[in-house]
Parts: sequence; C-alpha cells; structure tokens
Amino acid sequence: MIRAVIVMNTQGKPRLLKFYEFQPPEKQQELTRSVFAVLSGRPDNVSNFVETDAIFGSGTRLVYKHLATLYFVFVFDSCENELAMLDLIQVLVETLDRCFKNVCELDIVFNFNKMHTILDEIIFGGQVLETSSERVLKAVEEISRLEKSSSSVSFVPKSVSGRFGR
Amino acid sequence: MEQLKTIGRELAMGSQGGGWTGQSKEFLDLVKSIGEARSKAEEDRIILREIESLRRRIGEPDVPRRRMKEYIIRLVYAEMLGHDASFGYIHAVKMTHDDSLSLKRTGYLAVTLFLSDDHDLIILIVNTIQKDLRSDNYLIVCAALTAACKLINEETIPAVLPQVVDLLAHPKEAVRKKAVMALHRFYQRSPASVSHLISNFRKRLCDNDPGVMGATLFPLFDLITADVNSYKDLVISFVSILKQVAERRLPKVYDYHQMPAPFIQIKLLKILALLGSGDKQASGHIYNVLGDIFRKCESSSNIGNAVLYECICCVSSIYPNAKVLDAAAESTSKFLKACLLFSDSHNLKYMGIDALRRLIKINPDIAEEHQLAVIDCLEDPDDTLKRKTFELLYKMTKSTNVEVIVDRMIDYMISINDNHYKTEIASRCVELAEQFAPSNQWFIQFSVSNNFTFQTMNKVFEHAGDLLNVRVAHNLMRLIAEGFGEDDEGADSQLRSSAVNSYLRILGEPKLPSLFLQVICWVLGEYGTADGKYSASYIIGKLCDVTEAHLCNDTVKAYSISAIMKICAFEITAGRNVEMLPECQSLIDELSASHSTDLQQRAYELQALLCLDSQAVESVMPLDASCEDIEVDRNLSFLNSFVQQSIEKGARPYSPESERSGTFSVSNYKSQYQHEASSHTLRFEAYELPKPSPTPATPQISVSTRTTDLVPVLETTYYTENNQASKLPPVSDASSADHGIKLHLDGVQKKWGRPTYSSSSSSTSSSEKKTNGVTHIDGVRSQSRGTLYDTKGQQSEVTAEKQKLAASLFGASAGKNEKKPASTQRVPKANTVTAERPGVPRAISPEISKQKAASSPPPDLLDLGEPITTTTPTIDPFEQLEGLIGPTPGPSTLDNSVTTSEQKAPDLMALYTDTPPSSSSSISSALGDIHSTDKNSQMAKNVPSIKKGPNPQDSLQKDATARHVGVTPTGNNPNLFRDLLG
Repeated sequence: MIRAVIVMNTQGKPRLLKFYEFQPPEKQQELTRSVFAVLSGRPDNVSNFVETDAIFGSGTRLVYKHLATLYFVFVFDSCENELAMLDLIQVLVETLDRCFKNVCELDIVFNFNKMHTILDEIIFGGQVLETSSERVLKAVEEISRLEKSSSSVSFVPKSVSGRFGR
Repeated sequence: MEQLKTIGRELAMGSQGGGWTGQSKEFLDLVKSIGEARSKAEEDRIILREIESLRRRIGEPDVPRRRMKEYIIRLVYAEMLGHDASFGYIHAVKMTHDDSLSLKRTGYLAVTLFLSDDHDLIILIVNTIQKDLRSDNYLIVCAALTAACKLINEETIPAVLPQVVDLLAHPKEAVRKKAVMALHRFYQRSPASVSHLISNFRKRLCDNDPGVMGATLFPLFDLITADVNSYKDLVISFVSILKQVAERRLPKVYDYHQMPAPFIQIKLLKILALLGSGDKQASGHIYNVLGDIFRKCESSSNIGNAVLYECICCVSSIYPNAKVLDAAAESTSKFLKACLLFSDSHNLKYMGIDALRRLIKINPDIAEEHQLAVIDCLEDPDDTLKRKTFELLYKMTKSTNVEVIVDRMIDYMISINDNHYKTEIASRCVELAEQFAPSNQWFIQFSVSNNFTFQTMNKVFEHAGDLLNVRVAHNLMRLIAEGFGEDDEGADSQLRSSAVNSYLRILGEPKLPSLFLQVICWVLGEYGTADGKYSASYIIGKLCDVTEAHLCNDTVKAYSISAIMKICAFEITAGRNVEMLPECQSLIDELSASHSTDLQQRAYELQALLCLDSQAVESVMPLDASCEDIEVDRNLSFLNSFVQQSIEKGARPYSPESERSGTFSVSNYKSQYQHEASSHTLRFEAYELPKPSPTPATPQISVSTRTTDLVPVLETTYYTENNQASKLPPVSDASSADHGIKLHLDGVQKKWGRPTYSSSSSSTSSSEKKTNGVTHIDGVRSQSRGTLYDTKGQQSEVTAEKQKLAASLFGASAGKNEKKPASTQRVPKANTVTAERPGVPRAISPEISKQKAASSPPPDLLDLGEPITTTTPTIDPFEQLEGLIGPTPGPSTLDNSVTTSEQKAPDLMALYTDTPPSSSSSISSALGDIHSTDKNSQMAKNVPSIKKGPNPQDSLQKDATARHVGVTPTGNNPNLFRDLLG
C-alpha cells in the first residue's frame, strides 16, 4: 500500500503531507526532513527511486518527481510497482495542472485543501482508486459545484503576487 | 510538466476551477509572510503568533461557520508546518456535524489529518459517520467513507460495518468502489471483525463496473497473500479478466496512456504470481496470457514497462516455463539495454536489475548475457541503482566470485555515509564471508577461504567497526581460535600467524575502532608468541602502546592487559624468564590504581600471576585453550576441605547473609552480588570512596573479584576456570572511532587491498591492452555475444577492466544450476593430494594469491561437473585481478601461470580418471528434460563441452598453447572463450 504522499518544495518546506498510517506531527516533520535530506542529495539524471528502509521501515521505497520548484514524493511498500507509482505521480500532477490551469507552487500553497480533495479521489486508504485524471477532475468538479451551491464564494484577489514558495 | 514553473507567478485563482471557496485575505497574508520569512526562527515566530490569535478567536462564542472553516484550514496549515494545533481538534470534530457539504468536508479533512484512530475524540465522530453513511447525497457518503477509512478502529468497526456493507450495493459506482476499499481497510485493521464478509469481495469481483472490480483486487490480494489455497479456484477467473483487459475489452475511459487499465493489469499479475507460485497446474493457466502481454505490451511508455516488469515478476514467481521465461529474459534485456535509448534510463535499469535478480533464481545463465550492463550499473553515480545491483550480486554470490563481490561491497561500504545501509552491507559482507568460508572440505580451500574471511572481516571492522554487533567480533575471534574445526593444525597455525602478522602491521594505524582493537589485543595475547616469530617483549611492548594510544577506552585496556597476562603466562610456562618492560610495569601500576575495578582487577591478577611458579601458571593459563568449555562451580565445593581446615584451626564458620547484620557483611567480599540488591543496608560513608567510577561490566567484575581473592588459595582447577571466564570479553559498547582509515597491508594489498578498478586501472589497462592481448579478448567476446552486444562491442572503449570484472563475477555462472552432488563427493579427494604439497604458504601475501589461483578450479569442477570449459575462465578472474592490482604485472603473473599450470595438470588428470562416466551421464540426465522442452541456446552450448570432457589431452594442450601465446594468463582467454561460446 501507499504509506504517504509528500509534496514539498526544493527548500524542503512541506506543501502537502498525507500519511495513510497516522503519524504524530513531530514524526511527520522528522520524516519530511529525512526525505528531503535524501532527495536533495541526489544528482539529476538518476533514477526516481529511493529505498527508504532507514526512514520508513524495512521494505519501503519512495518514488519522487522533481517538477519546477516542487518534489512530489510517494512512499509505499513492497506491494506496489515502482514504475506504476511514478505514473501515479503523473496522474496527480496532470490533474492538478488541469484543475489550476498551469499549476504552480503557489496554487498548491493556497489550495492545499483542494489538493487533498484531489488526492482523496486518486488514493483511498493507501490504495490506488482512480488513475484517469479526467474522471478525477469530474469528481472534484462535482464536489465543488455542490459545495458552491450551498455556500457563497469568496475569491482570492487577483493582484496578489510576490516571492513565495520558500 | 514544464507548465509547473514559476513561483512568483501572478496568482489568478478566482478565475479558475469554477470558483473555489478560496481563503480570506488573512490566510493569504499569513502564507505570504511565511514565504517571505528569512529564517526558520522568523517563520516559527509568525506561525506561533498565528496560532495564538487562532486560539483566541476560535474560542469566541459566536464564530460564523464560514469563518470557522477558515480557522480550521489555517490550523491544518500550521500543523503541516510542524506546530501543535491540538486546541482546535474539538472544533474540527464539531464541524463534521455541520449540514453544509463544504463545511462537513472541511471538518472531515481536518479530523483525518489531525487525529489518530485511537484518539479520544473519535468516539464523537463515529455517530456522525454512521449518519452520513446513510445520507442521500452520495458525496457526503463518500466523505464519510474516506473518514471511516482513516478513523475507524477495531472497536468502532462494528458501529459502521452494516452501513458500509449496505453501500456495496449502492447505485453509484464511485460509492461501491469506496465501500469495497473501506471494507478492505477494516480487514487490514482487524481481520476477525470482517471475516464473515469476505464472500462479498468475491461477489464484487463480478461487478458490472470495471472500477469496482479493480478495487476488489486489493482486498483479494491481501486475502490471497494470507491464504493461497482457498483461492485457487479463482485462477481461471483472474486469467480471463486479465485476458479481457489486455485485449482492450474495457471501455476507453480505463485506458491510461494507450494502455488498457494498466493498474488493474498490474494488480492481477501480482495476484496470479501468488496463486501460481509453486503450483504447476495453476501456472499452466497463466502462461498463455503472460505470453500475450509480453507480445502486445509496448515498452516505449513508462506504464507499459511497469506492466512488463510485473509480468517478469510473475514469471519468476510461478512454476517455470521455458517459453515465458524466454520472453521475460528478453524483456529484461530490453530494460537493461534501454540505457542507450531513453533519457530516464536509470529507472529502467533499476527495474532491469531487479528483474534479473528475480530471474537468476530460476535460471542463473540469464545474468551472463548482461555482465557489462550489470557492471555499468555498479559504477553508476546513482546510489539506488548501485544498491540494487549489490542486491543482485549478493544473490549470485558463490564460492568462485565471492571475493570479487565482497571486495566491491567493502569498497562501496567505505564510500558511503549512510549508517543504516553501512551496517546492512557490512553484515552482508560478514555473512557472505562466513557462509563461504567453512563450507568447503579440503585443506587449501579452507585456508584460502578462511584467510579471505579473515581479510574481509578486517576490512569490515576497520570501516564499520562501530556499527557492528559485538557478536561479529566474537565470531572473528572464534574463527581464528577454532580455525578450521578439523585436525588441520598446520593450517590453523598458519592462519593465526598471518593474523598476528597483519594485526601487528595494522596497529601502526593512527585510529582504529575499539571493537577491532579488542580483537587485535585478544589475538595477540592468544597467538602473538605462538609461532616463535616475535619475542614476548615485542608483543608486550605493542600491547602497551595500544593502551597508550587509546587512553579513553577501558574495554580495550582490559583486553590489552589480559593479553599481556596471557603472554607472560605462556612465557613462564615455557620456562623462560619474563623481564618486565618499564612501560609495561608502569601500565600495571597505572591500572592497579585505576578507577575501573575491572581494570584494577586484571592488573592485580597479572601481578599475582607473575609470582607463581610455572606449573601453577600452566594450569591457570593453558596454551591455546580459549575454545575449551568452562564449567563454573557456583557452590565453590572444591573449597570445602579448605574451609574445613580453617574451621578446625578455629576460624568462625560462615553465616548466611540473612543471619548477619549489615555492618558485618560489608567486610565480606562475597557479598558483591547482594551488594546491589540490598544497597540500602550498606550505605556507609567509609565504603563510598571507590565507587564513583562508572563500571561498564558490573557482573563481570563481581565474578572476577572473587578470583583475585582466591589467588592465595591455589586451588588450581577452580582458578583456571575463572580465569578463562575473565578472559572472555566484557561486553560494552564500542565507543567512537573513525571510519575512512586506510589499511596498509603492504604485501597483502596486492590481493586484498582495494582493487580500485575505476581509478588506477585506466592507466594500467591501456598498457596492458597492447602488451597482454586484452584487445584480443574484446574482439572475441563481442563476437560471441553476437547481436546482443553489437553496440557495446563497437565501442572499443568498453574498458578491459570491466570485462575482467565481468569475467570474475560471472565466470562460472553458466553452470550453477547443474550442481552435481554426485561428483562433489569424489572430487575433493582427488584434490587433497595436490593440496598437501609441501610449500604451504606462511604469509598472506603473494603466496596466498597463488594458492587461490591454484585452488579455484576445484569449486568449479564441483559446481559444474564439466571441467574444462568453465575451469579456465574462473581461474582468470583472480589472475586478472592480480595483473590489475599488482604493481609489477610481469613477473607476478608469470609466476602465477606457472603455478597454475603445474597445479592443474595433476588436478585435471586426477579428475578425469575418475569422474567422466558419472558426470557426463548425470549431466545428460539432468539436461534431459530441459532439452526436451526447449532448445535453449545455453543448453546447446553445453553439449559439445560435455563431449569434450573425457578428452583431457586435447584440452590441456589447448591450454598449454594458450599460455604460450599470451604471456599473461589473460592471453589464454580467446581460445577458451571460443570453446565456451563458439
């Protein structure tokens, strides 16, 4: 099963943490830090897989993808296929991209609750639920439509900009 | 995803995604200020301020619901950054009760992130979840299922179970899917509570919706893992589902990157691998569909490769079938060769190496073809890939290549900093060294492999000493002490003296791990003077140096002083006079005043020992008795007569502690044990003084304390025993020492020093190319590999040393699966004759390498039962290694080739005279069924060589000419490879 999904930026700041086995906050921070330490030590053009026995326990591995300023990290055990997990990251990123139209780190910072919604449609209780970004998007839009109908919307002002993402 | 690029990009969320319930200005400001924070401390300050304000505001009486939602989201954010937000948990729980979908979902999200499944607040949520599972709005149901998945624990499962089971028949497929998965989660939590519902999973396998069917595979996978046999009936269904999926019978929506439902395929393949494992009948159903997938699956996309990899895993797990095995091998080689085609080749290489690891279990020959690819991976900058490759090598280790592999592992171990993996690889090295050391049964092999073990251990110790278990050190000592376990005293003493030699050399190194020092001290004490090469005073001097150089460590000191004691004892026993060196005397003086009672004890023991006469000393410290069993007489019954005498002389009889007052017992040294337990009765100021020192090995101290006091008694038997006991290493943590020290093993380095293939070889190999005819090898090899290595062959820069490494790693892999127990029985005898030749090497250096070269043929012969073809290539590695490492390749290699040929002639003759009939017949019988099923090229290759077997003259001649042609042993490769592959 998938143990955790971690999205963090290249400075090691967590942008989304989802552990499918409960971890107390301090432990989450510690794990994130060790994952970041491993990832930041890896050169470019090497494989996307890392064995993480030392961090998450024996038999665990992680697959990561480095996109722009973000690391997308999936941690899983021996029941999953590494290449397939790599594609699952692809599904997540594709969905985010469709959802936010040219997704960037800032979108994820401000909408991490939406990101959770998307992730919940893709992974359920540590198992792969859906791999078609189209269907995920449809489900998420359905949710937002129903949510909107029951509440008014307050938009984030367009003008906000600046150096974020550290 | 190149669109994901800017960080400072204009944020335009309002226009996106059909309007999300965005966050307020405050949240925005918070995120912004955190983003602008210059340091971690500043960020923490901002968040703490935020948390303070949230704490204040969230507790206000009438917070609007929408406002509350935002607070909760901010809390989640704060907690993600590592700050405690527990004061808000209850508000998140309250929010789940809200009617609004948006608020309810936020509430559920917050609680699933905040709470563990045994949190006290869970009980407040169960009721809500129950209610929501019955909701008409399927989105609410989904949210509740998600929450249930995360929060419901063993005790609360029964509360929601009926609702979840009802949902299995929900009209919406999304809900059915999630219900199946929630049920699966419950099963994972507590299999017992849902055991009566397992049939539901089987039922859902036939769901109309492929998504639901796919979801069912997860619980079924778990169930099958737990109990394969009760699901054998499903093999046919799974196969037919897989077939339909692979034939694109599913709706287009399930395609992913032009692959039909790859995740479902992967899961099905995993399940089939479980079901087919070791089951010929079940596997029979699977072969066809596997063949189909191998054929159809395109390897250009990532996901296609994922499916292919899963097929290979499946093939390696089910009952072997030649045809699918071939297909799997072909896919594997595609992975490994992908390096040339794709940019993300590392991933494929990684998968390829892993696939290879799985396949060699069934057919070790497959690895042969990929020698160079494997070696490339070994030298790759990617750590993950390297580790995977080491795993592969670990799996294919055998007696012929163990040295090369362990050498490599040690090199890698030295180079990394990751302690976890360092420990792992160190223990693997030790394991391999131990495993391959005592397994062989004749003398030369013993000494070689034991020396090898020994060298390996030394290296492992030097670089990972502090990470290793003390047990490993004890094993090493035992190895040296027990030697080969048989009556080969000569070999034993040779090993020991070589141990002493190299340890004396190593002692010159500035910093050594304490565990390693302990071993060194122990060995020097036991065997330092055993072969008469070194004088006692020399060894004692060295041991004194150890204590000086490592002032801080009491354990090492203890080992050292004990070793000195042993040497003195041996000297006295031998009737020689022990003159005390001044530094030794000062060491004894220092230790007798030591804070550590253990050290004091040992120092006094030594002093007492020096006063005894030689006979007493001999029984106290018998020579080389470290392996004798010790029986401790706890009742001290041997003292009875002494006690009797004393009482008769008017001494007071012993009264048990219970009958004594506390004051009295203080004077009694025997109360050491009780001292701990009843310390409150013993707290007297005067007694307090010697206590403060931290003593690591309290129990030992008390044991040995007794012995000192007993010295004057001169009851020899007892004394011996106890000294033996005190000789045993006191257990204590190895304290700090440094890695990265280099061994200077001088002569040893030739064979055992770091091979440094990558660095040093570039210069040597180029010269070798011209002189030694290595280029020749290149040509022949690439020819023989035919099309597979075309590309490689053309690149003339495929370096010679890589080839050599390949040869040493894979040299004998061809025949591993044809192990002949019948011939193993016979061959050793033939070899022992040659083995016991007079010139038994004493030192580890060149002679041993010679020996190794000479002795490596036997294991091959054992392994293969087809002598000629494989013998020579397996000799090669070592010789090549020799040529590669040795500073002067010319003479040493010449020397080698002479010894080997000398050695081998009788060897082979002896072999041929008695093996051919049995071996050839057994081979053909073994090969029989493989031949019938499949005209495998590997097998075909072996046939001529078998025929050649009984004709020793021919092949020997060929061998001889080969040696004439090339001065170095590498020169004979061409001919032999032609034999092997042509």
